[in-house]
Amino acid sequence: MSTRTGKQTVVLSNPPVVIGGAAIVGKKEGDGPLARYFDQIIDDEYFGEKTFEKAESRLLRDTLAKTLEKCGKSAQDIDFIISGDLQNQCTAASYAFRDVQVSFIGIYGACSTMAESLALGAMLIDGGAAEMTACMTSSHFCSAERQFRYPLEFGSQRTPTSQWTVTGAGCILLGKQGNGPRITHVTCGAIIDMGIKDANNMGGAMAPAACDTILRHLQDTGRSLDYYDLVLTGDLGSFGRSILTRLLKDNGVDPEGRYEDCGCMIFDLERQDVVCGGSGCGCSATVLSAYILELMNQKKLNRVLLVATGALHSPTWIQQGESIPCIAHAVSLENIPE
Amino acid sequence: MSKKLTKHEYQYLVEKTMPTSRGLRNVLAAFFTGGLICAIGQVFLMGMKELGVDEETAYMLTTVIMIFLGALLTGLNIYDKIGKFGGAGASIPVTGFSNSIVSPAMEYKKEGYVMGVGARMFLIAGPVLVYGIFASVVAGLIYYLWVQAM
Repeated sequence: MSTRTGKQTVVLSNPPVVIGGAAIVGKKEGDGPLARYFDQIIDDEYFGEKTFEKAESRLLRDTLAKTLEKCGKSAQDIDFIISGDLQNQCTAASYAFRDVQVSFIGIYGACSTMAESLALGAMLIDGGAAEMTACMTSSHFCSAERQFRYPLEFGSQRTPTSQWTVTGAGCILLGKQGNGPRITHVTCGAIIDMGIKDANNMGGAMAPAACDTILRHLQDTGRSLDYYDLVLTGDLGSFGRSILTRLLKDNGVDPEGRYEDCGCMIFDLERQDVVCGGSGCGCSATVLSAYILELMNQKKLNRVLLVATGALHSPTWIQQGESIPCIAHAVSLENIPE
Repeated sequence: MSKKLTKHEYQYLVEKTMPTSRGLRNVLAAFFTGGLICAIGQVFLMGMKELGVDEETAYMLTTVIMIFLGALLTGLNIYDKIGKFGGAGASIPVTGFSNSIVSPAMEYKKEGYVMGVGARMFLIAGPVLVYGIFASVVAGLIYYLWVQAM
């Protein structure tokens, strides 16, 4: 049974197991440094569909199918699908799973969705409400641009703090039993808003939320950052990453050498013209489900703290002059010796 | 958080440390891109005058041709790259105006010709039209009053 420790952290007494995962990405991600870890790379941004929205739904559907195939499971083995995305009303996920006939929990955590779904899935399993959950999310560059920015063919320049939305979906299958890394703790973040209003500076807006959740996690668990082989933020990008490093150091926690950001890993920042790096729900989802999971299964990494951050604004609120409320959820993934 | 920055202190930290635009590079790129677009327009204008087209018609036709070229290059997925390189140098000339109307028209075609193309075509250019027309009315009014006063 899950228990609470400290102010925001939940200890999972029978830590759910990561049975397996899969990630499908777009062409640009497939040109990046992590290409060989992804299960499939799609060259066509429409993914054989008529619109970008439908393409994103297809990404989710195919990623679930791929995950089930890899794990030797069927959809009927899953008790809950927990998923969300960046489209209005989380529709990529809703349309993706309308024919699956599995209990569906739609969530919105912006780019923190992967950690949010893992946290919920792990608590459901540890609480006895499920045997197996599929935790997943997606983003698509083109549907996100439509949602948050300008038409694709509009000739404009990106600002120096902007990031590039990852086209991709990641899925992790959590189970009560099995072999693999386990989710031992989850720290669900509080909403932090430091007054940043620039929607093109997500890293700057979200870094304080990541800092708050990391410090809270360490305080609640009594762990030091050295406990982890890797602390992995979702999509702070190069600027957010440098700000977070500074905020942590100011609080007496030195993350150097054990801190990475998925947004800086999925693209080659020098070569791929993505300004500060990758962003979007799919960023942490694909890097975790493909690359990090592989390293954990090979025991090259044994303790990973995933801290996925999300900017919980909408274009309407920004146009009304409001600042960006941000969140970060932390999930502790550990290889526990038998 | 154990050590809390105030919102103001944090915003100052972000302002101070965030990467900034490459000012000189952007200014030069805008200057040459805008200059090149205008030079192309000038070639059409002088060419038509050379062919005996009267001045007023030549100006009008030049604008029409430049708008067409902007729309064509947008449709061929080229104008966004010009805009990315040249910034304001590509968006201020009439080709940029054309790009700002054609790009949402292309983008929202999937939502149909009425609520998609029709309703969203002026998503970016709309404010330019509204305030452009408003400013011209104000300018006309001032001119009228000025003439009356004289």
